[in-house]
Order: sequence, then C-alpha cells, then structure tokens
Amino acid sequence: MSVIELEAPADVRPRSRPQPARTWGKAWQRWLSPVAVLAIWQIASSTGLLPPRLLAAPATIAATAANLIETGILPTAVGVSLQRVLLGFAAGAAAGILLALVAGLSRPGENAVDPLMQMLRALPFFGLIPLFILWFGIGETPKVLLVALAVAFPLYLNTFAGIRGVDGKLAEVAHTLKLGRAALIRHIVLPGALPQTLVGLRQSLGVAWLALIVAEQVNATAGLGYMINDAREFLRTDVIVVGLLVYSALGLLTDSLVRLLERRALSWRRGFLG
Amino acid sequence: MAARLPGVDTVASVRGLTRAFGDRVVLDALDLEIGPGEFIALLGRSGSGKSTLLRALAGLDREVTGELSVTGSVAVAFQEPRLVPWKRVLANITLGLDAPAERAHAALAEVGLTERAQAWPLTLSGGEAQRASLARALVREPGLLLLDEPFSALDALTRITIHQLVVELWARHRPAVLLVTHDVDEALLLADRVLVLDEGRIAHDSPVTAPRPRHRDNPELITLRADLLAALGVAPEGRS
Repeated sequence: MSVIELEAPADVRPRSRPQPARTWGKAWQRWLSPVAVLAIWQIASSTGLLPPRLLAAPATIAATAANLIETGILPTAVGVSLQRVLLGFAAGAAAGILLALVAGLSRPGENAVDPLMQMLRALPFFGLIPLFILWFGIGETPKVLLVALAVAFPLYLNTFAGIRGVDGKLAEVAHTLKLGRAALIRHIVLPGALPQTLVGLRQSLGVAWLALIVAEQVNATAGLGYMINDAREFLRTDVIVVGLLVYSALGLLTDSLVRLLERRALSWRRGFLG
Repeated sequence: MAARLPGVDTVASVRGLTRAFGDRVVLDALDLEIGPGEFIALLGRSGSGKSTLLRALAGLDREVTGELSVTGSVAVAFQEPRLVPWKRVLANITLGLDAPAERAHAALAEVGLTERAQAWPLTLSGGEAQRASLARALVREPGLLLLDEPFSALDALTRITIHQLVVELWARHRPAVLLVTHDVDEALLLADRVLVLDEGRIAHDSPVTAPRPRHRDNPELITLRADLLAALGVAPEGRS
C-alpha cells in the first residue's frame, strides 16, 4: 500500500496547496458508524447479550486501561516490549542495509549475498521459534533475534532493489562530470536508493511489531505479550483488548515517524509543496 | 572532408571509428577532426549513429574501435536535462567540480537562473532545466561541448530563446561545439560547419559563413538547406 502511494506519478509543476476536500462541517459524519458500533457493543454488553468472558464492554475496557496505567503495569509492559523492538530493529536494520550495500554495489557481493538471502527469505520465520528456543533459551535473545530477522529482509530487499533501480542515465551524467566511484555512490546511488529503502523501512517496522507479538506469546515473563497471555488465563478480555489497542497505537506511532522522515528526506520530490 | 592536418590544432580527432550493434554497423570507419572553437552541427536521419558518435566522444561508449583522441575537457548536455533530482540546482552545477562557488553562481547568472539556484530540479520548467544543464556543462570550461539534441523537447518559443543563449555562451567561452540535431534549420542558424552522417560516415561537410544573427531567408542558408535536405534524402519543399 505504501508502494502504491510512493510510486504515484509525481506532479512536477509548482502549484498551490490543495484545499482539504472535506470541511469540518461534514467531518463528523465519518464518526457516525464507529460511534454507532461502540454504542451497540456497549448495549450488548450491558444487557448481558455479550458476556465479558468473550468480550468486555467498552466502558470496562476504558476503566481497565486507566487502572493499568495508574498501577504502572501497562507502562512497565510497554517499556519491556519497546526495548525488545528497538534492539531487534536496530540489529536487523543494520544487518539488512549492510548486506544490501554489499550485494547492491558489487557483482561478487551480489553473488555471495543475494542467493543466501533469497533462500532464507523463503523460510517462514515464525516457524523458527522452536529452533530459537533450543538455541537461545527462553530469555530476551530469541525474542530480539526474531524481531531482527523479521526486520532485516524487507530492508535488504528494498534497499537492494533501490540501488539497482538507480537511473543509469544519471550514472552516465556522473561519468561525464568526472565523478569517481566513491562520489558516484555518495551523490547518485545512495540518494537514488533512499525512496525504496524508506518503503522497506515502513514494511520492516510493521513486521517488527508482528514478530514481537508472536515472540511474546512464547514463554515471556514481562512485556505486553505476557500481559495479554496472563489475562487469558483469567478470562480478562478487557486486559487483552487494552493490550491489542496499545500494540496498534505503537505500530501507528512508528509508522508516522517514518512518514515524517520520508517527508524530510524526500522533500526534493515534493519540492512543489514547499 | 575537413582540410585539416590530423592532430594539428584540433580538440578532437577521430580516425576509423567503428561501432556495431550486433550485425548492424552504425559507425563505419568514420573520420572527423574538430578544431578549437568550431561550432559544428551533426545532422543525420534517425538511427544514423549521430548519438553513437557523440557518446563515443563523451567517453560513454567503451565498445567503439578505431582511434579517438580528445584533448582538453569534454562536457555534455543531454536531450533530457538529466539533472540529479535530489540536488538543488546550484548543487547540480557544482557536482564533481572543484571550484569556488562564485563560478557556479556566475554560470547560473549567465543562463538567467540566479533566482532558481536553490530550487529542486523537478520544479523547473523544461526550458529552465535545459538552461541549468547548459550551465552545468559550461561551468567546467570545456574545450569540447557536446550537445545531444538538447532543444528537441522544448516548445518552439523556448527553443528560440535557448538558441540565442547557446550562441551567446559559445561566443563568450569559445568551446568547440558538436550539436547533434535532426533539425536542418537549427543546424543552419547555429553552426559554422554542418555535417551529415550517413551509412556510418560523414557524407556531407559544408561550412556556413553567413554572419550571425542569421535569418532563415538568407540566400546562403536557402541554398545550403536544399543541399542538406538532399543529402538527408528528403525532397525539398517546392520541388518533387
């Protein structure tokens, strides 16, 4: 979905900022159906039609969320999970981008790296969990590594494709401007690969959260996944829903960070917006 | 053929230049001498190898055979301006250039783009982008400036302005110019030597001596135009 958005033909001529299509007078209409669903949900819960062991009422969920924050349970769990994601992401991103540079910038590098990456890519990495537990136990290491593995592939594939997709005509220009190889890579190849790398970044962050959720279902003693698992034991659907909402909020947050990064780093193609 | 001794007083000298793409021989033992400050227009039918010759002179084609010697520096302006889109206009001019920023600003001023120095290339109009491309080539003070149909994508009015600009810049800096074009009138208005490339060789080589600025109704140009069209295998208007 992000691919389509990024590859939409760039409007290259200056123009004024587009006016928002919807005015605030009509914006509330978009809230009608979500609010209606919430209301029906609340009514179903209150009348006993929807028992709390299947799904808690919206009001209960809100109260539970407030309580979990007050008691410090939720902040601690989020802290533990965030740390796992950040560590795993940093390791996976570094590995993915480094391998993409090795493969993208030289033929021998491509021959050495790309076949392995294409084979490993085909492995269902959630299926590696049993092996990871055998190899690394049930501590933090397998969870962080699972996130790292999940992150590395989208970044590798997109950065590699980005490097190879750099316009050959610009490489010719670099040649006629007497740019050396280092300058060619710095001024043409890497900036040219950046848009595709950022697509990879968004994909990898999305899959990082997914990997974390799966990893945390396995033998965790802290973190959001542990909180959710623990709640299941006691049929606390309210806590489960709070945990899921926090996961999605964190996912949206990291995604918007990448969007911000894109807007800044790729301002050259939106230059017409100032 | 140019009556010039090989290797003497030339910026580029080509002997027996040959290039084939598969079975198709595009350049067939071509000879050409380019003198310093000469403004040459290279005409030819589509697929006649004009751009292949230009790319060979620019050092972009490593599969040509024959002798090719270019003294001094070469700069190229391509058909599409080929500005690096993630570098602002000024940074495009100075890319790979080890010279003070004033030179780049002066080059931008010469093509009338001072105001757009900090603009992103994608926000430039076609004419502006082509002028930036010219500035990027000229700031390197080349001995040989190669122009690969740089005007063909411009609208008619912009083209007239840029024609004048190119002649001005050439008169001021005096690089040798090789302009590849398919437009006979453009060649006659700008160049002082017009070549026709046919079957892999220079088939026609004539000087243009009419003083600049030139007008299409100059009698010398009218005569030359008919000759060139005949050399290109096109029947001139008014005859059949």
